Amino acid sequence: MRHSLLVESKPSAVNDICGRILSQVEQSGYSREDVFAVHLAIEEAFVNAVKHGNKMDASRTVKIEYTAGPEEIEIWLTDEGAGFDPDSVPDPRSGQNIYKPEGRGLLLIRSYMDEVSFNERGNSIRMVRYRHRPRALEDEGVEGT
Amino acid sequence: MAEAKPRISILEYTGKATIVSFTDEKILEETDVKALQESIMSVIEQDHRITLVLDFGNVRYLSSAVLGLLIRVLKRVRERDGELRLCGISPKIYEVFKITRLTKTFDIYKDVESAIKD
Repeated sequence: MRHSLLVESKPSAVNDICGRILSQVEQSGYSREDVFAVHLAIEEAFVNAVKHGNKMDASRTVKIEYTAGPEEIEIWLTDEGAGFDPDSVPDPRSGQNIYKPEGRGLLLIRSYMDEVSFNERGNSIRMVRYRHRPRALEDEGVEGT
Repeated sequence: MAEAKPRISILEYTGKATIVSFTDEKILEETDVKALQESIMSVIEQDHRITLVLDFGNVRYLSSAVLGLLIRVLKRVRERDGELRLCGISPKIYEVFKITRLTKTFDIYKDVESAIKD
């Protein structure tokens, strides 16, 4: 079942959104790693939609749709902005970008979700995380110095 | 979901370092991040060559907004000829640092004890 939410362009609204979606994800029996990943992806995508898409304009909304099926979690976020070219976003890991306070949201979304795509206009993102998929990222502790 | 107001309620001054602990599990809203930044910056201003240890032992979740905060803190500490050390980072949070390659930018220690050793 696909759920749908229409949310005002206020960064603090992310708490309620995450609460709703993550409770659905938890009820569907997904792991803590899945919950962490989806939480991070929703927050980064929502903040991008509010700040960069809707330019913090309170009269604009963000549409969020999601499903938590047996095999995957699928989320769409659509803002009312002009859209952007995701390929034009600089790599925050390279050169002096590492010292910039912003620009890591999309990298984190792409790292934690298995599929990430945008519509042609660039104002709508689709993110998918599969329940059973081997991932390169593994939990590793800090070795200590 | 209950609102989380990040605080730094535990402040310890040892002979070598100032230790700041985050008290909340989740650092979420932008306004919270700004409040947190102001609190940490005011600690930095108190000591010219500060060795500041940020203890993430209680933190179970963070977003890129917090990474941005840490970059700002690092710059300010260096401007004042100080040192910034992070510790108590859980494996999940450490993964966020690895993905963004900030493990090479920050000095990360296992716990407070190792962070204040030298």
